[in-house]
Amino acid sequence: MKKVKIEGLEGSFAVAEAVRMANADVIAAYPITPQTHIVERLSEMVADGELDAEFICVESEHSAMSACVGASAAGARVFTCTAGQGLELMHEVLYIPSSMRLPVVAVIANRALSAPLSVWCDHSDVMAIRDIGWIQMFAENNQQAFDLTLCAYRVAEDKEVLFPAMVHLDGFYLSHVIEDMVLPDEEEVAGFIPEYEHPFVLDPDRPVSMGCYGPPFIYPETKKAQEVAFANTRPKIVETWKEFGDTFGRYYSPVEKYKMEDARIAMLTMGSCGETAMLAVDEMREEGEDVGLIRLRLWRPFPFKEFREAVKDVELLVVLDRAISFGMGGPVCSEVKSALYDQRKKPYIVGFIGGLGGRDIPIEGFKYMVSRALEKVKAIERGEEIEAEMIGIRE
Amino acid sequence: MEKEEAELFVPRLVTTEENFASGHRACIGCGEALAVRHVCKALGKNVIIVNATGCIEIISSLLPQTSWCVPWIHTLFENVAAVVSGIESAYKARVRKGKITPAKEVKFVGFAGDGGTSDIGIQALSGAMERGHNFLYCCFDNEAYMNTGIQRSSSTPYGAWTTTAPVGKKSIGQMTWKKNMPEIAVAHKIPYVATACPSYPFDLMDKVKRGVEIEGPAYVHILSPCPTGWRCQPNLSIEIGRLAVETGVFPLYEVINGEYRLSIDLPELKPVKEYMKKQGRFRHLTEDVIEKIQARVEAEYLELKEKAGVK
Repeated sequence: MKKVKIEGLEGSFAVAEAVRMANADVIAAYPITPQTHIVERLSEMVADGELDAEFICVESEHSAMSACVGASAAGARVFTCTAGQGLELMHEVLYIPSSMRLPVVAVIANRALSAPLSVWCDHSDVMAIRDIGWIQMFAENNQQAFDLTLCAYRVAEDKEVLFPAMVHLDGFYLSHVIEDMVLPDEEEVAGFIPEYEHPFVLDPDRPVSMGCYGPPFIYPETKKAQEVAFANTRPKIVETWKEFGDTFGRYYSPVEKYKMEDARIAMLTMGSCGETAMLAVDEMREEGEDVGLIRLRLWRPFPFKEFREAVKDVELLVVLDRAISFGMGGPVCSEVKSALYDQRKKPYIVGFIGGLGGRDIPIEGFKYMVSRALEKVKAIERGEEIEAEMIGIRE
Repeated sequence: MEKEEAELFVPRLVTTEENFASGHRACIGCGEALAVRHVCKALGKNVIIVNATGCIEIISSLLPQTSWCVPWIHTLFENVAAVVSGIESAYKARVRKGKITPAKEVKFVGFAGDGGTSDIGIQALSGAMERGHNFLYCCFDNEAYMNTGIQRSSSTPYGAWTTTAPVGKKSIGQMTWKKNMPEIAVAHKIPYVATACPSYPFDLMDKVKRGVEIEGPAYVHILSPCPTGWRCQPNLSIEIGRLAVETGVFPLYEVINGEYRLSIDLPELKPVKEYMKKQGRFRHLTEDVIEKIQARVEAEYLELKEKAGVK
C-alpha cells in the first residue's frame, strides 16, 4: 500500500471519485433522485478539468444507456448512473451491452417504484432487471461503493469477461450519507485498471457489423454462447476481488459471512441493511442465540457454489427481501430456495419482506424476524403452509 | 439518357464503389434500399453508421451475413440518435486524450425509417439535435411501418390505406395529415435540413455530402417509395418518386442555417391525382377528398415558396 488519504465523503461523491480515478471517457446520464449527486459531482469534475471526459446530458435514461452503448462500441470507457424509474426506463437498452459484450459500467442508487411515487430506497428496481445479463454487485457502505466501482471497470473490461457491470448502492442510505473512507493512491488505481481495449470497435479501418438480425436458425446459439461466457465470469470476479485486496488491503467475496462459524440460524441480506443486521447478530449472540449473517455481495451471476457452502451447516435461513414479487413473495427468497432445492441437506427457509420505500428496519426488526422464523419452523413441522410476511407494517 | 450514354457518363459523376453491397433481401423495386445505396456512395468509407430497427436493418444484416462494407451498428428501434451521440462523443474524447489518431475525420450517421424518426425515435433525435452533436441523420420515409406489415405512422399521408388505418364504412384510411418532420428539424435551428428522393439521385447525394460536411447536426428526409406498402408496380418506384416531387406532395428543398432554398423550382404543379392514381393505397379516395388534398398541397407549396423567397 502506498499513499492513502482518509476523507469524509458522501456515497455519491465516492462513486464519482472512483469514476474520475478510472479516467472514464464518456459519461451519459439523466438526473433522478437519489442518484443526482453522482452526476452533479461528475459534471463539476468535467467542468473543472479534473476529469477529461465527454459528459452527455441526455434527455432520458433510455438515451443515457443508448449513448453508453454507442460510446462503448466505439472503444470508450463509459459510465452512467440512475435509480428506480430511470432504471426501468432503461430496461430495454440494458440487454444490449450484455448481448453485444460491451463493458458498460453503471451505478444504481436503489429506489422504490411508483405508484405511489417514492424516491426512497428499496430493491424493487433491481428485482425488475435480474435477468439482463449484467454483472451485479451490492455495496454495503461508501467504501464498498468506491471499491466495487473500480472493480466493476477492471472485471467488465477484462478480455475474458467483456460484460457490463452494475454496482448497487442503496439510495439515501449510502448515496446521501457521509462516511470516512480510504482513498487510494491514483497511480495505484491506474495500475489496477489498465487501458481499455476492446477487440472489436467501430472503426472505418476495420469495418464490422454489430447487432445483426438473428432468425431462429442462429438466435439460440448466440444465447447459449452468452450464457456460457457469462457463467465463466464468476472465477474472474473472484480473482479480481482477490487482486484488489492484495493491492488495496480490502477483500471482497461473492458471499460474505459474519459470525457464521458455528451458526445454527443465518440471516441473509443485500445492501446497506447488512450493517444493521450485523449489530442485531451481535446482540442476539450476547443473548445466547447461535445466529450469523450472510450478505450477498454478488447478485449476478448468482454465486451458487459459495452460497451453498455458506449455508451447508445451517438449520434455519432467514431471508430479508426489500422488494415484492406480487403474488410470489420475496424475489431473493425465491431464488435462494431454488438454489438449494436439489441439495440433499438444506435448511428451513423463511422469508420476510421489509424496508419498502425507505422504511427503516431497526435492530429490533432483525431480532423479530429471527424469533418469528423460529415460530414459523414449528408451523412448517406441523405441516402448515407459511407465506412471506411483511414486517414493520401498521395494520 | 440512353443506356450507352449512361455507361459513359455516370461513372464520372458518381463512384462505382458500393458500400452497401447487393444481395440483400429488400423487396423488388424497393425505393429505400436504392436510397441507402446512393447515401452510402455519397458518404464513402470514413463513416460509422447507426441503424434503427426496421426494413433496412432486417434486409441487410441477417446473421451471419452483412451488406455493410463500412462500420455499422444496430441496437434498438428508437435510440439511433442517442447511440450516434455516444459514438461521436467517444471519438471526441478519445482523440482529445490521444488514445486514437484517425487518419481522416470520421463521419457519424444515423439511419431510421419514418416510424423510427417521427414516432418512437423523435425524443432521442430531438435531444441529439439540441445538444449539437456533429452528425447526419437520414430518415428513410416510406410513409408507414412497412417492416411489420404496413401499419400507419405519423408520417402516413392523409387518405392512405394502411393495415391499422383501414378503409371502412366510417373511415377513408389515414385520417390525419402527415407530420412535417423536416420542419421539426428546422425548429431545432440546426445548420442543415434537406428533403430528398432516390428518383433524384444526384440531388440526394449532393445533399448527403453537404449534410455530413457541415459542422453540427444535419437532417436529411428521404421519401422512399415502397411498392409493397403503397400498392403499386415495382417498376414504378422511380416514377412515383418523381411524381411526388412534381405534384408538390413532397417538395425538394434545403434549409441551410435557416435559409430555405428550393432544389427544383416548379412553376406549375401537376395535379396530385397523377401521383395518387398509380398507388393502390389511394384507390378508394373520392373526388372531394382528392380535392381537399390538392388544396392542402398547393397551400403548403406556396408557403414553402414564400419561405424560399420564390415568387
